[in-house]
Amino acid sequence: MSKRILIVGGGLAGTITANGLCRQLGSALGKGEVSITMLGTTDQHMYQPGLLYIPFGTMREDELFRDQRKVLDRRVNFFVDPASNIDVENNRVETHAGMSFGYDYLVIATGSRIVPEEIPGMAEGAHWFYDLDGARKMRQALEDFDGGKIVVNVNAPHKCPVAPLEISFMLYHHLQKRGLADKTEITYTYPIGRLHALEPVAHWTSAEFDKYGIKSETFFNAKSVDPAAKTIESEEGSTLPYDLLVTIPPHRGAEVIEASDLGAGGWVPTDRHSLNREGSSNVFVVGDTTNIPISKAGSTAHYEADTLIDNLTSLVLEGRTARPYDGKVFCFVETGMDSATYVWFNYETPPNPGPPSKMIHWSKLAYNRLYWLSARGLL
Amino acid sequence: MSTTTIDARGSYCPGPLLELIAGLKLISIGDEIEIWSSDQGSVKDIPEWIAKVGHQMGETTEQDGYWSIRIIKSK
Repeated sequence: MSKRILIVGGGLAGTITANGLCRQLGSALGKGEVSITMLGTTDQHMYQPGLLYIPFGTMREDELFRDQRKVLDRRVNFFVDPASNIDVENNRVETHAGMSFGYDYLVIATGSRIVPEEIPGMAEGAHWFYDLDGARKMRQALEDFDGGKIVVNVNAPHKCPVAPLEISFMLYHHLQKRGLADKTEITYTYPIGRLHALEPVAHWTSAEFDKYGIKSETFFNAKSVDPAAKTIESEEGSTLPYDLLVTIPPHRGAEVIEASDLGAGGWVPTDRHSLNREGSSNVFVVGDTTNIPISKAGSTAHYEADTLIDNLTSLVLEGRTARPYDGKVFCFVETGMDSATYVWFNYETPPNPGPPSKMIHWSKLAYNRLYWLSARGLL
Repeated sequence: MSTTTIDARGSYCPGPLLELIAGLKLISIGDEIEIWSSDQGSVKDIPEWIAKVGHQMGETTEQDGYWSIRIIKSK
């Protein structure tokens, strides 16, 4: 009987997994021994890291999108019909349109979402770039900005953990170019007692911030925003005034995860090596959706997906898994408008970022284009 | 009182304290988080943050290669 692989979620993690499985299982797909089905929320695939460039006008909106059908291997049965309930006891997924899909293997790749509404006043008083609508509004706010106090506020949990640093450096250089750097004070706030979760990145950032006169406040977790008074207050009792508030809002996983009772906050308890949902040998979790204590980032999704493709292929063809996920994460860090560095680490190897260079910046710009090969499973 | 365990051993990013901050948002006042960290720095930075915010520290114990730190959500 044909083995049915069902992938819930059509973001980067789900898409790489689907395309990689098509490549590895090509022969079995051709013989009808296996089928791959994806349930997505939209017919468009968005390059999320590109949102960082939208507020500065250095990337066009249409450069962020491709038709999901064209990104996906044609052998994937793709439905724009989000899951409404995931029943792991009965191996069945219900959808918003009322369809019902059974599976032999399930891949949960439902991702994460921003929830600024969880902090009073934040949705009304702050700007962000973590979704397209927010990035558009921030672009307008930046165009209207003619100097004053900018607060870059970071909240937990959030994905793409270097993006808050990147936006701070890019804001500085953008305003310098417009002749506004001397009229602007940028203050960066971070939830823990240093400037970034990664200690070497925090040390490096501290020196870079000093160079540009970017101020900072650590142990700052937003409690509320007062849009009328233009202030942001922290759980730790500090209040900062702002003229422009740029926030990295807190995140949650997809609503369907909580609705299906699969994990608090929308994060599915996941074995850090096998990527199995805890308690389910035929359910795998990949990308932001896991509760694994590593960065929620595109590269994490990519490396997890690579592992999952090998393991699912081996399971379908040979009844065994191939290899454990080693926790690998790799992130480019834009350090201005024309320089960048990178950092990588895994469960065993601590991060150690090198000095920024133009070459690494160009590599990141190249990756902005190569992403589509990555999503197709070719890179 | 219910207890949620967060296994943050080997976590470089986001790291144990950010995992704890995120976890506290998902539990009710009076409930407890037991966080496991293999970073000795957690023994210092978690109590430091807890004192600033006003939650309650529970027991900290050294296990085999990691620390177990208990926190009760108080506000």
